Amino acid sequence: MNRLRRALVAAIAVGLVKPLAALAAWNKEAFGAKTPAEALRNIGVPNASPSTDVHIEAPQIAENGAVVPIEISSSIPGTTALVVLIEKNPFPLTARFDFKDGALPFVKVNVKMGETSDVRVIAEAAGKHYSASKEIKVTIGGCGG
Amino acid sequence: MAAGPMKMRATLGQGFTDVRVLMNHPMETGQRKDSDGKLVPMHFIQNLTVTVNGKVVVDAQISQAVSRNPVFSFRLKGGAKGDKIEVAWVDNQGESNRTEIAVA
Repeated sequence: MNRLRRALVAAIAVGLVKPLAALAAWNKEAFGAKTPAEALRNIGVPNASPSTDVHIEAPQIAENGAVVPIEISSSIPGTTALVVLIEKNPFPLTARFDFKDGALPFVKVNVKMGETSDVRVIAEAAGKHYSASKEIKVTIGGCGG
Repeated sequence: MAAGPMKMRATLGQGFTDVRVLMNHPMETGQRKDSDGKLVPMHFIQNLTVTVNGKVVVDAQISQAVSRNPVFSFRLKGGAKGDKIEVAWVDNQGESNRTEIAVA
């Protein structure tokens, strides 16, 4: 009986999980990292060289840390991913976008910032990593309440 | 707060398609306290995909540091009127949602 129930549960779980199989798993280690270095190591970016071809459009001063608009893009040919870190947030890794053929390496999104911090964007192209960073000053933090 | 409906707009730009999508989601960080002083548990979107005519073009993993009711803009290469764009998300509590629109 127990075994049957377990088999049933497994079957249902497989049925539910299957439609989502196209999604990359959420990288728990990288997103749970408390330092930028640890987050980068876990998301597969051991070292990145600075590049002026990675672009960050964001306000210099964000009045409200709960909604900071950032626009990130890369003009490096063959960019396949963009990684965003907010260095002084409790969990620095904010997002990783993987671009397949058909998408341009461009994203606009609103993020939360606990305090004034560097925002670092890393572009991945042909297995190499390129980074750029920009300081955004925050007058009211947007993490706690 | 349960997740609400999504809104999406896809328009043709110069050589690219501009996709803007709004998701209704609390994006709780797990650090905010409610009026009784209790921590509100983490509740945030973790995975997000953009699909064009059935093919995944953007596959994203995001954290609780994305603002409440997230708005994303993506750009797709080329594109034509009538292309079917779908955006889907899954959060850390297993909730999910998707929406589909044709390029206008």
